[in-house]
Amino acid sequence: METILVLAHTEADGSLAKSAREALHTAATLHKALAAAKFIIGLVGENVQAAANSIAACPATRYLAVTGADFAQSRYATDAAAAEALCKAGQATIIIVPATARWARVLSGVAHRLGGCADTHVTGVAVANGTITANRWYYRQRMEGTLTRAQRPWLMGIDPGSQAPCNCGSGTATVEIVAVALPDAAKRTVVTGIREPKADAQTIRPDAALLFVTGAGWTKKQADGQTHVPEAEKLILDFLKKSRASLGSSKSLVDLGGEGQAVLPFLSHLNQVGQTGATPRHAKGLSTCCHGEEPHTVGWRFVNERRAISLDPNCGWARGKADVLYVADAFQVMSKVNELLAANA
Amino acid sequence: MSIAYQIVVCGSIVPDPLQTLEPIASPTGPALKNEMMLPAVLDPWAGHALFEAANLAKQLPGSKVWLVSLGPKAKLQQVMMTIAQKVPFELIALDGPASGFTDAAETAAALAAAIQAIPGLDKSRLLVFGGWESASRGAGATLQLVGERLGILDQFQGVDELKPQADGSLEILERIEGGRHQISTCSGAPAVFGWATGHLPEPKNNPQLGMLNMRTVMPALQKAKPVKFAGTGLSFSAMTLPKQTRQTQIVKDKSPDAIAREIVEWIKK
Repeated sequence: METILVLAHTEADGSLAKSAREALHTAATLHKALAAAKFIIGLVGENVQAAANSIAACPATRYLAVTGADFAQSRYATDAAAAEALCKAGQATIIIVPATARWARVLSGVAHRLGGCADTHVTGVAVANGTITANRWYYRQRMEGTLTRAQRPWLMGIDPGSQAPCNCGSGTATVEIVAVALPDAAKRTVVTGIREPKADAQTIRPDAALLFVTGAGWTKKQADGQTHVPEAEKLILDFLKKSRASLGSSKSLVDLGGEGQAVLPFLSHLNQVGQTGATPRHAKGLSTCCHGEEPHTVGWRFVNERRAISLDPNCGWARGKADVLYVADAFQVMSKVNELLAANA
Repeated sequence: MSIAYQIVVCGSIVPDPLQTLEPIASPTGPALKNEMMLPAVLDPWAGHALFEAANLAKQLPGSKVWLVSLGPKAKLQQVMMTIAQKVPFELIALDGPASGFTDAAETAAALAAAIQAIPGLDKSRLLVFGGWESASRGAGATLQLVGERLGILDQFQGVDELKPQADGSLEILERIEGGRHQISTCSGAPAVFGWATGHLPEPKNNPQLGMLNMRTVMPALQKAKPVKFAGTGLSFSAMTLPKQTRQTQIVKDKSPDAIAREIVEWIKK
């Protein structure tokens, strides 16, 4: 008989992130499919009562928590200690974890401490003939595998955005506090702050419906034999402002700065999608001036509806990968798109 | 206060990202078709970790960089011919699989044992570097497990910047959600750093450095310890390529105005 534990941490305001609700949904589905399985929630944070209450109507029968100021910070030593204590207190055999940056940092380390195993970037969990299977991608989203493990406890980090969030309602949850004694060695690291672009300069928006992918073509010579980088910058930023899309970029465009070429100054490696960048999940994706074959298109593997603007009708980035390819000048089209968005605002 | 660090970079090889990859079933589980024939490169994020390690060692006199690499010996040799020209390091080679389908726990056990066997290892000066995820398994697990095996409680993933401070502490920038960075201060070594891209460009090839490095690289490859994985407990029931082809509608004859209208309608739908 399996005991399923969902591990979640609270956000700065004491709430649970959407990714925690996605993990909860995965666990609830697993709980339903496994006869006689137990279902426990484990929470970590300075104060978790509000978070526990917000999901009190979920099918879990116990709420365990590690709380206190030491557990407000996102750091390896204290998070690993908290997760280890919760897993042991719940005697969990299957541990479902939202793969936030905070949990991703400790997931495998905790598995090691528990004598168990871990799989990260899990995009699906199922039960077939009583056996639990997990899906994840290999070689930077180039191939998808289905695997199972006999070892317990088995920790699974669920990729944010890969599952539907649970819609279990609120109520009053009875939270059992699990005590964790931290050695001084666990407090050698102190989180001192968050660095982020100003609100109007932030171009990465994970919750946006649209991913706008920019390729190196924006900085290349145009039909008049000249580059138009300032115009490209204005068009792209105007579009992001008006559409609230998230900005992705090809590696080649991000790397131009290191090669001494004209660059779009608001792009960094954080915007990079693809083989050595992110593979974000968005409902729609619009690519502009992107080129390349299969390995380069991995960046929009998890984008559902895809459209592309390119001057090359045989562009490998778009042909067979996008639903619609507009053979046109992205400068002209995006200028008109911005006009229409401004008129409709 | 300048500390002479012992910087151990864990980094292996992966197939050149531009190659077509196809999974096949082998007696030991999934494998890549013609894996040994595929040209290999140093794992990209591990490469960034190596370049950052060399840069840090250059700033702090007395520091030294080791590269601990697990992979098929012949492939390692091929990749080292290039990497050795980039930055100075001492190679510790382990002759074993670099496949993405092996378990991170077994890989970590081999790497941790190799690190512990480094003569004169001083944990109070030890910084373990690596890529935060590989381009093969892409799990972000190996470094954590190496850190646990070495008893290191200060670990950082998605690192883009590491700055030694005057008091011997380290300031770290880690990637977190939404294009942001978390800033942390760690009181000092030992610590584990899973690097993202960092800020350094790839160093240019330096043939003289390459010749210097190869004096130790070749002996290290010759005495590479063979590593075999049991592979117990993990079993795959499928490994498939995604359905890649979409029926792309090619729109060639529309004006920018018409295309813009269509795109705006689609965005708003």
